Amino acid sequence: MSVYLLRRLIQAALVMLAMSVIVFVGVYAIGDPVEILISPDADQAERARAIAALGLDKPLWEQYLAFLSNAVRGDLGRSFVFNEPALKLIGQRAPATLELAFGATFLAILVGLPLGLYAGLRPNGAGAKAIMAGSILGFSLPTFWVGLMLIMVFAVQLGWLPSTGRGETAEFLGMRWSFLTQDGLAHMVMPALNLALFKISLVIRLTRAGVRETMLMDYVKFARAKGLSPQRVIGVHVFKNILIPVVTVVGLELGSTIAFSVVTESVFAWPGMGKLIIDSINVLDRPVIVAYLMSIVLMFIVINLVVDLLYSVLDPRVRLESK
Amino acid sequence: MSATTAGDAPVAKAPRVETPFRRFVSEFFESKIATGALVVFSVIVLVAIFAPLISPQNPYDLAQLDIMDGRLEPGSRNGADTMTYWLGTDDQGRDMLSGIMYGLRISLIVGAGSAIAAALVGASLGMLAAYAGGRTDTVIMRLVDLQLSFPTILSALMILAFLGKGIMNVVLALIVVEWAYYARTVRGTALVERRREYIEAAQCLALPTRRIIFRHLLPNCMPPLIVVGTIQIARAIALEATLSFLGLGVPITEPSLGLLIANGYEYMLSGKYWISFYPGIALLVTIVSINLVGDHLRDVLNPRLKK
Repeated sequence: MSVYLLRRLIQAALVMLAMSVIVFVGVYAIGDPVEILISPDADQAERARAIAALGLDKPLWEQYLAFLSNAVRGDLGRSFVFNEPALKLIGQRAPATLELAFGATFLAILVGLPLGLYAGLRPNGAGAKAIMAGSILGFSLPTFWVGLMLIMVFAVQLGWLPSTGRGETAEFLGMRWSFLTQDGLAHMVMPALNLALFKISLVIRLTRAGVRETMLMDYVKFARAKGLSPQRVIGVHVFKNILIPVVTVVGLELGSTIAFSVVTESVFAWPGMGKLIIDSINVLDRPVIVAYLMSIVLMFIVINLVVDLLYSVLDPRVRLESK
Repeated sequence: MSATTAGDAPVAKAPRVETPFRRFVSEFFESKIATGALVVFSVIVLVAIFAPLISPQNPYDLAQLDIMDGRLEPGSRNGADTMTYWLGTDDQGRDMLSGIMYGLRISLIVGAGSAIAAALVGASLGMLAAYAGGRTDTVIMRLVDLQLSFPTILSALMILAFLGKGIMNVVLALIVVEWAYYARTVRGTALVERRREYIEAAQCLALPTRRIIFRHLLPNCMPPLIVVGTIQIARAIALEATLSFLGLGVPITEPSLGLLIANGYEYMLSGKYWISFYPGIALLVTIVSINLVGDHLRDVLNPRLKK
C-alpha cells in the first residue's frame, strides 16, 4: 500500500510540474509580456530597466525557475488590475464559488434523486418518459442560455428573484458567505439551479439505472417475499444500494462543477473565481490567470489523487493491477 | 456528418440484397424520433449552407442595416416598410432571422470542423496505441487520462487564455479538448478487433502493416467512432457557443449563435428578450437534433443491444 501511495504521490507531483511548465510557457512565452507590463510611453532606457527588473532579459528556463521557486512559496505575482497578490484575490473569491458549487450539488441530489427513483420504479409510465425527456434536455441545453432565460422569467417578467450579484453576506470562519442571509439565499437560488441543471440530469439517469438494476436483485425479492412493505423495501433496501454510485459520481463531479461555474458566474455576475478569471483573461491580467489555473489544476490533481487512493483502499484489485 | 450521409443514401430499388449498410439504414429509420431529428438537422444544415440566398438580409452588409430599426420587436416592419423582421432586430438594427442563419454557419463549421480534425488526431493516436502497444500505448493513454481528468471548459479556457480569441484558436481548443474521446474509443475497439481472425489472416498473407491498419482494422472500428463523432459535434457546438458567450470565442465580426446570445444579454434586463431568445432556440434545436441522432445511432450500431 505504501509503495502504491508513494508512486501515486510522485505521479501527482510530476503532473503538477508538467502543468506548471505548460501554464508558464502558455501565459508568459506565447504573448509578449513586455507589451503588457510596461507602459507604451516609456522610452528605451526605461524599457530596458523595467525588463531587467522583471527578469525578462534572462533565458526562459531561468525565468521559469524563478517563477517556480516563487510559486512554491505561494507567490504567483501581483495582479496588474487590483495591485494585490494574485493568490489572495483567488482566495477572496473562492467562498462565493464554493458555496455556489455546493449549493448546486445539493440541489442536484435534492431534485435528481426523487425524480430518478420515480422514473426507475415506473419505467414505462408517462411520468417516467417525461422525466427522461427532461433529462436529455438538461444535457443538451446550453447552460448560459438557460441562465439568461431564468433571469428573464423570474427576475424581469415575474420579479420574484434578484437577477445578479451575491446579495447580503454574513461572516463565518473569517469569510463572507451568502447562504447565511435571506437576501443572499434569494440571490443564490437561480445561479445554483442553473449550475445544477446538468448534474440533475446526471443524478436522474444514475438513480434510474440503479433502481432498475437493484429491483431485480435477489435481496430485493427476498425482502418482498418476507412481506416487508413496499416503502421499506424501496426506502431501505433499494435506496441504500443506489446511493453509493450516485454519491461517488456527484462527489467526483464537484471539481467540474467548480470549473463550469465560470459560465454561471458570468451570467449572474456572481463575484466568484470564475468571474475573476474571465475578467482577467479579457484584460490580460496574467498573474491572476496563472494563479487561477495553477490553483484549479492543483485542486483537480488532489481530487483525482484522493479518489484513486480511496478506490485502492476499497478495492484491492486497483493497486494489484498497477504493479 | 456521418448522419447526413446515412440519410442521403438512396434506398436502392433493383436487387434487394441485404448488405450491412442497407440493414443499418432501414434500422435507423425504424425510429420516428431519430428520423425526425435527422430531418430537422438536415434542414438546419441546408439553411446554413444557403443562408446568403434565403436570408432576408445580409446581416454583415452595413449598407443594408438601419440603426433606426434597432431593437424592434418580432413581427415589426422596417422603417422603409419593405420587409418584416419576423424575429425582431438587435441593437444595430440587424434582422435576427438573418443573423441566426449566418450564425448557424459559423457554429456548424466550427463544430463539425473541430470534431472531424479531433477525430483524425484522436483516431490516429488511438490506433497507434492499440497497434504499437507497450510504451507507446502507455504514454498515449496516460495523456488521454490526463486530458479527460480535466473538465472540457477548463482546458478550453486555458488554451484561449494563452492564444487569445479567434475562430482558429477556438477550433484548436476544441480539438485539444476532444481528441482524447476518440483516442480512447478507437484504441478500445482496435484492441478487440486486432485479435480477430480476419486480422490474423491478413497478417498471414503478409500484407503490409499500413494496409492492415487502414483497410482492415480501421473500417471495423468505424461504428463506435461514428457514434462518438456525432455526439462530439453537438458538444463542440455547445462549447463554442459557451466560449463565445464568455467573450473568448469567435470575433465580433463573425458572430456565432453564442455571440448573438451574448449581444442580447444587456437588453434582456429591459425586457427585450428576442435578441437572446431566438438564437438560443436555434442552438438548442441544433444540439438536441444531433444528440437524438447520435443516441439512436448508438442503439443501432451497438451489437450488444441487438436481439
